[in-house]
Amino acid sequence: MNTPANLKYAKSDEWFDPASGAMGITDYAQSQLSDIVFVEILVEVGDMLEVGKAIASVESVKASAEIYSPVSGKVTAVNSGLSDKPETLNSDPFNAGWMIKVEGGKAGDVMDAAAYEKYCAERTH
Amino acid sequence: MTYIPHSPKERDAMLAAIGVKSLDELFKDIPAKHRFPKLDLPPALTEMEAAAELAELAESNENVRGDLISFLGAGAYNHYIPAVVNHIISRGEFYTAYTPYQPEISQGTLQAAFEYQSLISALTGMDVSNASHYDGATAAAEAVNLAYAQFRGKRKRVVISPTVHPQYRAVIRTYTQGMGLEVAGDNAGADLESGPEALASLIDENTMLVIVQYPDFFGRVYDYSAFIESAHGKGALVCVVANPTALGLFKTPGAMGADIVVGEGQPLGIPMWFGGPWLGFFTTKKSFVHKMAGRLVGETVDNRGQRSYVLTLTSREQHIKRERATSNICTNQGLLALASAVYMSVLGKNGMRQVAELCYHKAHYAAERLSQIEGYGMCFPEPFFHEFVLCCPKPAAEVNAHLLEHGILGGYDLGQDYPALKNHLLIAVTEMNSKEDIDMLVDALSEADHE
Amino acid sequence: MNNTLTSSKIVEPTIFDLSSPGRNGVSFPDPDVPRAKLPESLLRADLPLPELAEVDVVRHYMRLSKFNYSVDDGFYPLGSCTMKYNPKINEDTCRLPGYMFTHPLQPIETVQGNLALMFTLQEWLKEISGFEAVTLQPAAGAHGEFTGVLIMRAYHKSRGDDKRVKMLIPDSAHGTNPASAGMTGLTIVQIPSDERGNIDLKALKEQCDDTIFGLMMTNPNTLGMFDEHVEEVIQIVHDCGGLVYGDGANLNALLGIIRPGDIGFDLMHFNLHKTFAVPHGGGGPGSGPVGVAAHLADFLPAPLVGVLEEGDDETPPLFGFVTPRKSIGRMKAFHGHFGGGHVRAFTYIAMHGPDGLKDISQYAVLNANYLLARLRNTYHVPYDRICMHEFVAEGRFDGSDVRALDIAKRLMDYKFHPPTNYFPLIVHEALMIEPTETENKDTLDAFADALIKIADEAKTQPDLLHNAPSTTQFGRMDEVKAARELVLCCWLPEDYAEKI
Repeated sequence: MNTPANLKYAKSDEWFDPASGAMGITDYAQSQLSDIVFVEILVEVGDMLEVGKAIASVESVKASAEIYSPVSGKVTAVNSGLSDKPETLNSDPFNAGWMIKVEGGKAGDVMDAAAYEKYCAERTH
Repeated sequence: MTYIPHSPKERDAMLAAIGVKSLDELFKDIPAKHRFPKLDLPPALTEMEAAAELAELAESNENVRGDLISFLGAGAYNHYIPAVVNHIISRGEFYTAYTPYQPEISQGTLQAAFEYQSLISALTGMDVSNASHYDGATAAAEAVNLAYAQFRGKRKRVVISPTVHPQYRAVIRTYTQGMGLEVAGDNAGADLESGPEALASLIDENTMLVIVQYPDFFGRVYDYSAFIESAHGKGALVCVVANPTALGLFKTPGAMGADIVVGEGQPLGIPMWFGGPWLGFFTTKKSFVHKMAGRLVGETVDNRGQRSYVLTLTSREQHIKRERATSNICTNQGLLALASAVYMSVLGKNGMRQVAELCYHKAHYAAERLSQIEGYGMCFPEPFFHEFVLCCPKPAAEVNAHLLEHGILGGYDLGQDYPALKNHLLIAVTEMNSKEDIDMLVDALSEADHE
Repeated sequence: MNNTLTSSKIVEPTIFDLSSPGRNGVSFPDPDVPRAKLPESLLRADLPLPELAEVDVVRHYMRLSKFNYSVDDGFYPLGSCTMKYNPKINEDTCRLPGYMFTHPLQPIETVQGNLALMFTLQEWLKEISGFEAVTLQPAAGAHGEFTGVLIMRAYHKSRGDDKRVKMLIPDSAHGTNPASAGMTGLTIVQIPSDERGNIDLKALKEQCDDTIFGLMMTNPNTLGMFDEHVEEVIQIVHDCGGLVYGDGANLNALLGIIRPGDIGFDLMHFNLHKTFAVPHGGGGPGSGPVGVAAHLADFLPAPLVGVLEEGDDETPPLFGFVTPRKSIGRMKAFHGHFGGGHVRAFTYIAMHGPDGLKDISQYAVLNANYLLARLRNTYHVPYDRICMHEFVAEGRFDGSDVRALDIAKRLMDYKFHPPTNYFPLIVHEALMIEPTETENKDTLDAFADALIKIADEAKTQPDLLHNAPSTTQFGRMDEVKAARELVLCCWLPEDYAEKI
């Protein structure tokens, strides 16, 4: 499982990059969902986010999930290419699979990579 | 115990294997006070007795294939059903199977549903059809659910033409009563004379969906292209409730730019059956497919490289998405979708056009003859398809009572839903009505006029 | 007429593939009236439907039918679906011309047979369930649930009780329960099950306050267990002002055993296509009447069938339609699934009578417990006590990578339909087995033998399971490809756009 050290992680399996303001779902999340076939970003550029607000809806062949914002702030960009290539979330969740970017982002209850790895390991047992 | 195969010996062996002494012992968890109620029901009939009783009840009805000549439509139509339809759907392999959850042993159901989707797409001119809803009215209500999901609840208004079937409008109101929507357009006193443009002023930036019917409830045929374009100008989606027989002849709602086309599939080879079970078809544009409710069959390959079919995009549905699903719908109308697929296949390109033209010509003959009777007249101008509104010189209920005495099932009394149309009958004519039937109707009304 | 997956091998062409221009199936007579002028500008340019002879259509659908497994083919122990034998007489009665060819808007005097049948069926369902009133309008189980939730909503509203927003739903519930409640904007609160498969009373009590709208409860639940505290559960919800909805999916266990209305359920839907042998039709049509207790009768959807004029020795009563005083409105057009649903169910109940109905449930429960007894030493059964009409086993073995899905697929090689798998969600690798009452001991033994043999194969030859089925015409499907490429129609829409 890939867990880049520069990112922050939410318990609901989203990542947030404090440097760029980008966020998305983690490698653990995509592997749990399996083959993702549909992504819909639920927010628009200019929207103000609260921590925990649903930012996207994701469906795989066997599951569906709402994706929640790990931070508050203003949406500055939306990865509109994802809807045509939802499989990107499986193949490259931390880079090409970014969902939205925010500015003025204030993180909610997030953890660092080491803590998140431990948290995932606990759940696989 | 008609269908229970156990011999007493087998039953006892099974009880012994379980480790209980009697059948009653299996029900210890049931609260004793209420266990084994004595049901006050009539004693069991044998098959022979049941067949006779059911035949007697059926015969006490007056049906439209022998007892009565029918000019009643209003959402249910007496069409010819080719013999082959019932033969195919009576195969146990089709009708005693469940929903195709195990695709390896359900390819019959799945391929038939895929073909149904394809035939309905071709008929409506739309990209995608689901595997069907309960009926035309609930399909129209599901169109509201699609639009609500598409706008994520940000738009709250639904504009419905007053000439959408009254029962469909009622169902939409029932379905949406917990959704906090505003339904506009079909209030009492709404303009029934004008075409769809009468609705245009109601469509605003808060409107998620506009619903019109084609042909409308009064049988009138409009080209909705310009209307749909103007609704799109406000960002609203447009749903057209279409009659599938009419689509054998008339321009498709898809070609007019409709976002959703739904309708009642009963005219496609399904008996009237006193109102059901029938078939709601539901089609949309590919871009809305993820917001569409209901079962959907897609093509794929199996692990032997064979073309095959599966239920797809199932994560939209209630068993995975639960309360976040667009709709709670679980079943479709599988067997009736098959019936309509067989009907469309066996009539094909030519037969479907032929039926539509027959309905058109006969309805126009009836309209012309009826409007020549003194006191009667056509209420609305042409064009119409196979239904039209006849103005009568007295309340429609009285006209119908007179017709029934002549063995004729008259039209639909529009005064029930439109107070302004108390003296108006909605007359339906299909390929099942001969010239002789129509002439009898004309004669019966002429006679009534001179009473 | 192409599709995007042409590299695949075609077992049976589609109806469009089989079309050839100029062929005709059923044709119609020329009009016997003068032809009217067609409005040219409104006509469609082309009608791209297939062209085939009748025999081509028959052979095509015959071949397709042979790819299906059905109850008429063999054992179909699909948990929660009650795949019992569908008596043939029902097919004949529902096709009598008096039922098939009556229009739903005919004057009531001309359809007294239909109305008498519907009225009687309402009365019978009331007696079977212990409810005060029944509507036959809902089209299916989920439609009945939605009807029920709207009735509950109308009840609370009529009392000015607007703060009730939470629907309690056990974790073992069908997905339709939360989806039905969700359609009216309610918040769903999930209630866990305890170690015996009952609703966890402590968790239930913690949730109960004056914001509770109600509880949706399947009893017996989807584990096949009759809730040992059902009366207490209902009392707790009632004490906080909530209503209790019964999901009647599992009514096949309760006919003549207990009436849900007698133990305090406020309302419940019936599945005529499960309990009362209406065939499932490859996914419908179903029929989902709803029964309610007296305090909810005024809210039922309109219309119901009632007696308009009482009869006497010489004249039969006059049946007609009545609208409940505070009705939620109409759930579908017309009167419900009359022909395919009500007539078949009426025939079935008439042929069983009170004792026959009780037999149904007793033998359904006997069959389930017999299979449980034969399988519990081979498959782990997490909630192992006397079950009702079905039970749930785990389709996994220690130290093996075989999953419930593999077991299900391998059963096809033994010519059985698999049980429901991966439901209920609270059992790992669930295999949910519902044999129904119409299967004999030999069939049950053959099925148990197959499952026991498969458990052995899982240890000795797991690839047999991973690669199953191997003896069927079709193997496992690529579901990811279907969802990603989304070919939903024999046409390419691009191809089609040129044609209209």
